[in-house]
Amino acid sequence: MQHTGVSNEDAITLSREQRKSVRRRSFHLLGKLAAPQKRLLTLTVALVLLSNAARVALPMLIAYAIDHALPALRQGDFAALGIAGGAYILCAILGGVLLGWYINSAAKMSQAMLLDLRLRVFRHTQRLSLEFHENYTSGRIISRQTSDVETLRELLDQGVSELASSCVFILFTLASIFILDWRSGLVICVAAIPLVLLFRWYQKNSEVLYRESRVVSARVISTFVETMTGIRAVKAFRREKSNDEKYTTIAEAYRENSVRSFNLFGILQPGLMLIGNLAVASVLAYGGFRILEGSMAVGVLVALLLASKRVFQPVEGIAMFYSSLQSATAALEKVSGLLEEEPTVVEPEHPKSIETVAGHLEFKDAVFGYGDGPVIMDRFSLDIPAGQTVAVVGQTGAGKSTLAKLIARFYDLRSGTLSLDGVAIEQLSNAELRRHVVMVTQEAFLFSGSVAENIALGRPGASLADIEAAARAVGAHEFIAELPEGYDTDVNKRGGRVSAGQRQLISFARAFLADPAVLILDEATSSLDIPSERAVQRGLQTLLGNRTALIIAHRLSTVQIADRVLVVHDGQIVEDGTPEELIGAEGRFAALHKAWRDSLV
Amino acid sequence: MPRVETTRTSTPATLRVTLRRLAPFVKPVLPRLFGGFLCALGAGIVALVIPQVLSWLVNEVLQVGGASQQVWIAVAIVAGLGLLEAFFIYMRRQFVLNPAARVETTLRTRFYEHLQRLPVAFHERWGSGQLLSRSMSDLSLLRRWLAFGAIMLIVETVTVITGLTLMFFHSWQLGLLYLLGAIPITVKAFRFRNDYRAASRLSQDQAGDLATAVEESVHGIRVIKAFGRGRHLYEGFSSQAQTLRETELTKAKTLAGFLGMVVTVPQVVLGIGLVLGLWLCARDEISVGSLVAFFATAAVLARPVEGMGMLLGMTLTTKTALDRHFEVMDAHNDITSPENPRTPEKLEGRVRFEHVRFGYPDQAGRARPVLQDVDFSIRPGETMALVGITGSGKTTLLNLVPRLHDVSAGSVLIDGLDVREWDLDALRTHIAVAFEDTTLFSSSIRENVLMGVEDGLDETAAQQRLDEALDVAQAGFARELPEGVDSVIGEEGLSLSGGQRQRIALARAIAAKPRVLVMDDPLSALDVRTEEAVSARLREVLEGTTTLVVAHRPSTVMLADRVAVLRDGRIDAVGSHTHLMSTNEHYRYVIASLDENDSSMEVKV
Repeated sequence: MQHTGVSNEDAITLSREQRKSVRRRSFHLLGKLAAPQKRLLTLTVALVLLSNAARVALPMLIAYAIDHALPALRQGDFAALGIAGGAYILCAILGGVLLGWYINSAAKMSQAMLLDLRLRVFRHTQRLSLEFHENYTSGRIISRQTSDVETLRELLDQGVSELASSCVFILFTLASIFILDWRSGLVICVAAIPLVLLFRWYQKNSEVLYRESRVVSARVISTFVETMTGIRAVKAFRREKSNDEKYTTIAEAYRENSVRSFNLFGILQPGLMLIGNLAVASVLAYGGFRILEGSMAVGVLVALLLASKRVFQPVEGIAMFYSSLQSATAALEKVSGLLEEEPTVVEPEHPKSIETVAGHLEFKDAVFGYGDGPVIMDRFSLDIPAGQTVAVVGQTGAGKSTLAKLIARFYDLRSGTLSLDGVAIEQLSNAELRRHVVMVTQEAFLFSGSVAENIALGRPGASLADIEAAARAVGAHEFIAELPEGYDTDVNKRGGRVSAGQRQLISFARAFLADPAVLILDEATSSLDIPSERAVQRGLQTLLGNRTALIIAHRLSTVQIADRVLVVHDGQIVEDGTPEELIGAEGRFAALHKAWRDSLV
Repeated sequence: MPRVETTRTSTPATLRVTLRRLAPFVKPVLPRLFGGFLCALGAGIVALVIPQVLSWLVNEVLQVGGASQQVWIAVAIVAGLGLLEAFFIYMRRQFVLNPAARVETTLRTRFYEHLQRLPVAFHERWGSGQLLSRSMSDLSLLRRWLAFGAIMLIVETVTVITGLTLMFFHSWQLGLLYLLGAIPITVKAFRFRNDYRAASRLSQDQAGDLATAVEESVHGIRVIKAFGRGRHLYEGFSSQAQTLRETELTKAKTLAGFLGMVVTVPQVVLGIGLVLGLWLCARDEISVGSLVAFFATAAVLARPVEGMGMLLGMTLTTKTALDRHFEVMDAHNDITSPENPRTPEKLEGRVRFEHVRFGYPDQAGRARPVLQDVDFSIRPGETMALVGITGSGKTTLLNLVPRLHDVSAGSVLIDGLDVREWDLDALRTHIAVAFEDTTLFSSSIRENVLMGVEDGLDETAAQQRLDEALDVAQAGFARELPEGVDSVIGEEGLSLSGGQRQRIALARAIAAKPRVLVMDDPLSALDVRTEEAVSARLREVLEGTTTLVVAHRPSTVMLADRVAVLRDGRIDAVGSHTHLMSTNEHYRYVIASLDENDSSMEVKV
């Protein structure tokens, strides 16, 4: 099975090869995120070490004070007392300040990495082609952007730098043990064997669990988002109860998974502690017999034992860190898979540019099919001169929208060419293509924000006067002016308060403002009432002027303003001519037109 | 779009109030949490005891030339204590984690259930990303706090109090001095509490808004692509994400300041104590032994004191997360079944709008209500078209029938019974809706279409329903999909064309075989031919079903027996199409698409 990108995302048990590849890309991503933070990381680690050193100095100062300053004081010498007290206070302040500093710099580092990851994922998902989005649900993307990112945050909060200080601590303590008695040091080192084995066991089992956890949590999130987005249908069709059951099942599965991974860690953590404690007991046994023999001093053994006990203290912290690392790696497996997806529609490396755009479109021997699927539009050629208004008609599913999507470059042709003013559109940069070619789709999506902001999406930075002019041109000004706060009215979630027709008018204003050379309208007037549609058409006539336009509409009223009509049937252009010609020709269009006339009053 | 706002009604509750609300969920697991606390305490004690025992064993038990048995006894004691420590840790997790996860999941499913029942008006105000963050991250914070934070906070507090008592025991002067150090920390803690709580709340809210932004960026992907506004949107998202980062950094700064102080102040006090202690010692007011013991205890206390600071931060974060949770849980659901629902005497599907007035609550006083005084009836089995210009309130009016919104004044009656007196479930069983924006769910076509059918339909009957509905809606294309009607359509049916989606949604409404059918411009995305075919079949189906259909086109009006014209929030006129064409100027304006010189054409109805 293929295992690049998101294709195998829901798989939990992977073959060795697959596992290797997803782990590699996950760590690779982690490395890429960490690389720019090297300096901050170094600083943070240094701060932790220094802060700990300052705090470790405190008991030593007390020992010094009692051993040296006290006798001196008894002899009336206050200097040593001052030195000890002063040094103690100094170290105390230093330790605290460094700790504060460390928390700040650790936060800076982890926030920088999180921001980096968030932006990467956002940028990448926006770059991915429509084809990808049609198959990969929004819930998954949201889950990648929220709960997966969250696991990285947990890892970073778990204190990468504290890990460093733990390791340093272990090394120093171990060194002190070896200095005291190297043979006891070896005993401790032997304990490392079961330790490593336990870690290996945990790693193997937790990896699968954490991978499953990502899959299940994505499911919880997708279900949640889908319900909330479609709440009206949920209510109208009384899905609440069955949704409750479905969600409860998934949420329970998520809980069970979490509990299983807690339990796994619940063995690791006490297990590590047990190994540590048994190692201490071993040192005691070994040392005990040597005391009996008289080959070891009692003081040395006490020191050895206390040091051995201490050496295992940070292991618990390391285990926590390791567990978060496992969890984050599992999440990054998914995120890196998403990032690995390549847009099927690729921006050219060396884009060409059109000096002054006229809007001449030409398909030559074009063939199109989705992905590896069957051919949808077979070998056709089409020449649309600049400035022409073309109406595309045909039955639902005949391929009208496909034609539009090809011109908007939502998809690329399988073979043949499509050019704008003689330049193949795949050679234009995205920015340039979108400046010249704009498409208004059937679903008029509004983003949260004001009406003005939504219209300005057509041309960011447009003045309010321009926005208003665009709204006036499409006949949207009247209703906008009547909204509670006019152009500043918040359209709320998914345009809840604005009717479908009004949403379409806003989208039109958007397109008007964008002022492209080629305008594609994909059934963009379907929800408008007749007076509004008429207003839009009047607006269109001025808007279209010398623009190239492709208008897809099943209401043939649009044809009135078209210079040319294309009839699409089964992926082929079966009729092509001026409206008058076609009406007179007794073909499909003539029949459609008659049917449409009959439906009017 | 960078600005994402959510309406929030934040009346900051105190920590105690918030925790009290949690009580009913925590109560059943309280014994286990207490067990966990005991184990944590036990583990702490053992950890303290082990070093003492080690020195004691070595110093007192083991001697040169002693019996090897002594060694084994010592080893056994140490190993036993080690085992005990590991066992306590193990048991603490066993006691605590499962119940904590259970509380988390219970709250999570309750949250979802509550949200599903909150009225549409609520959902219009709240982005789903914001809700999602409350359901996922906020509740997982709670779990952590229950399983770890709360227990450790108590354990650390107990440790610190015990330690303090010991310190007083060793030297009351030094103990008092140490306690004085608590004063500046307490003062600081009050400010920290406010600052940190505010920052924590802000960061959680911003994370929610960021999730909403992600959600919109995906749902609006077509528009973004069509206008090539990816960059613009990215900038908006980026600035939002940066704002979140800033908030997180402020939060970290607040915590750093507090923790720095929590660590520094006791130690500085100890530094002074050291000088004082040595001086006292030199004057023989306290013994060296007491001095050593005092500082040894103080050293042990350093960790728990710092831990208390950390855990206080964690508690505050959890508190704000819980506030966010309860804020949504407190949202009032004003569209519910009445306590004593009534059933109409006869079910025939008579619909009556009686002086209906409706204004969106948040628009109160700002603009005139969408519906001012709507008054008309639909006879049983009749099909009524609703005509009006864009934004005249047609969709709003439809939403009142299945109670997606409730009227502000007046009433909607079905079979003589106010819809608010109906059992909500029964009401919605009798009513089916075909929305204009067709929301399909990511499951098979079959499941989508059969979504509204009554429960307990056997397989053949269901199949029959499905076939019939698909036929009427001209959605035969579904059978040609790779897996036929069992093909899973992507989320929101995005892989289908607009016209295909609309036909599936129509089939869904038809399959429910409702008594009352409300349809919002159900044929808008269909081409003329398909529309004709659907209309022909639809007319048969509608026979006997009371139908209210929003119409923008004459072709849709043709489905109807009568037409109601909605204008300025009132029903301007009701009558047959022909009648209205000749008597109502507004109707002509809205529905007649032919130019003046064309309208002389003969019209057959």
